[in-house]
Amino acid sequence: MTSVKAKTLRVGDGASAVVVPDTAPPVYKRRRKPLTFDKVSFFVVFLGLPLAIYLLFVIWPFIQAFGYSLTDWSGFSPDQNFIGLENYRKLFTDDIFMKAMGNNILLVIFLPIITIILSLVLATLVTVGGSSKGQIKGLRNSSFYRVVSFFPYTIPAIAIGIMWGQIYDPSGGLLNGILTSLGMDQFKSYAWLGDKNTAMIATMFVIVWGFIGFYMVLFVAGIKGIPAELFEAARIDGAGRFRTAVSITIPLIRDNIQTAYIYMGILALDAFVYMAALNSGGGPDNSTLVMSQQLFFTAFTKGQFGLASAMGVVLAVATLIFSGLVFLVNRLTGGDKDVSL
Amino acid sequence: MSTKIASQEMKALHFNPRKPAMTTGDRVVGAVSHTALTIWSLIVILPLLWTFMSSFKTSSEIFASPFALPSQWRFDNYVRAWSEAGIGSYFLNSVIVVGSALVIVMVLGAMCAYVLARYVFFGSKAIYYLMLAGLTFPIFLAMVPLFFVMKRIGLLNTLPGLTLVYVGFALPFTVFFLFSFFKSLPHEITEAAALDGAGEWRTFFQVMLPMAKPGLASVAIFNFLGLWNQFLIPVAINAAGPRVLSQGLAAFAGQMGYAVDFGALFAAVTVTVVPVLIVYIIFQRQLQGSVSQGTSK
Repeated sequence: MTSVKAKTLRVGDGASAVVVPDTAPPVYKRRRKPLTFDKVSFFVVFLGLPLAIYLLFVIWPFIQAFGYSLTDWSGFSPDQNFIGLENYRKLFTDDIFMKAMGNNILLVIFLPIITIILSLVLATLVTVGGSSKGQIKGLRNSSFYRVVSFFPYTIPAIAIGIMWGQIYDPSGGLLNGILTSLGMDQFKSYAWLGDKNTAMIATMFVIVWGFIGFYMVLFVAGIKGIPAELFEAARIDGAGRFRTAVSITIPLIRDNIQTAYIYMGILALDAFVYMAALNSGGGPDNSTLVMSQQLFFTAFTKGQFGLASAMGVVLAVATLIFSGLVFLVNRLTGGDKDVSL
Repeated sequence: MSTKIASQEMKALHFNPRKPAMTTGDRVVGAVSHTALTIWSLIVILPLLWTFMSSFKTSSEIFASPFALPSQWRFDNYVRAWSEAGIGSYFLNSVIVVGSALVIVMVLGAMCAYVLARYVFFGSKAIYYLMLAGLTFPIFLAMVPLFFVMKRIGLLNTLPGLTLVYVGFALPFTVFFLFSFFKSLPHEITEAAALDGAGEWRTFFQVMLPMAKPGLASVAIFNFLGLWNQFLIPVAINAAGPRVLSQGLAAFAGQMGYAVDFGALFAAVTVTVVPVLIVYIIFQRQLQGSVSQGTSK
């Protein structure tokens, strides 16, 4: 900061008197200047162009979706009748959509918790798994684990889905191959994705597999940001590893955990690509069907765009409720009272 | 001579407290940690290795034994996947669309973030919150109307249309991330540039943009991964257009029920996975750095 100021003075040189009173923010000075071509073209291009694209392709469709959701529009016919909340009534009495919503709720409860706990454990092992004497240290070769763990995040989700679809294959898949070679012959041709008892669990495993590494890296960064003295103080006070993790690490990276929870929850409410790749038909007995799949099918196969838009609105409301809940729970459990560094 | 001895002594002194004797507890914790992490690494690597190995096998070999090495390394699986299944052209389409969307969104995003962060004017806060809204709403909600927007402006099922939509949906994240970056650059620098006679345009391109390079690199990496992985947008608004990689891969896997060519399918997956994996291994330091940067803001 100081070096920059010195530089300004040097640049200002003789005219330094003009520069010195920088107590008033320079933004106010700007306002009074007359509009020049430079300035006008600058604003038009710098703000107008990105905003135009954003409004046309993102905001406008979002707004339209609310409107469509109140009509019986089929998409290809010109007639569009306003039918009020009829679409919503239809959705909430539709067993298949309710089943899909139930599956989404299942995902939203379990996916974030499992992913975050596992990645927190791995991140803790990597950062403070070393010697308990002297400086706080991570495990040896921990960077190898970090690099490897991140692999799945770089793989397109559709490729992850196809790959795991083959791994779960009843007859030629890797999983049953490993299990039978370990002597578990009952898995010789077990269809993990074809049995409604395991389809959802197997699918969740794939999603967790894809994201643990990303959150592990995120948490490692968070833990590394905690000053080492805090850990050392705790150690001197006689706190063991587990105690340190629970009383120091977790409270101090609380914001990271909240962010992770929200991201993962939004993903769980969508989950389209994984479901489409692993069980495009919704799984046995609709056991892996999610709302987004139902939306896609309703819109682009059945051509019921009004109804599909209503599904989109339900999905959006669910996302907002979920984010609100996470913030609320975090606040109620004292999230804002904690020391932040 | 004496200095050498002294330095050796220093070294010994210096090293001793850093290398304390491992207690039994440490060894146990270390061993358990290494075991857990090794098991996890195997869970990550084995599926990838298996996919890679299977991409050289025939379908019957794959079904005979999941572990056996291929009897001969069949590159014809790759040839079939690349040309007959069209993975090659999908790959090229993806490179074109993602590449141009990335360049456009970085330039436009940086411009927009710069204006929002450095100028106070009527509505600047509102625009910023409008951008944030785009981050929180599920992309699914927009898909149906977007289909008709694209149809009306004649860009449905075209690569330029896809590129523009990618730009639109990557914009909020880019602006949000770069906003704090431009906000933190000292105002004195803008003043110095203005005193030196630089206009608004020159100040941005010659002074501010180069200073934001670390932020730009992080956002570019994230946008690249996000856009390269994008599946829903192309499937919804580019269903009949020239396919991009994720879309083509899904279509190829979808056909598999009729014509069983698992070797080629594994080859197609490998072609999709390996280039990004290699790029990641080369740039993993920057990427892991940007994960921490992106979340501390």
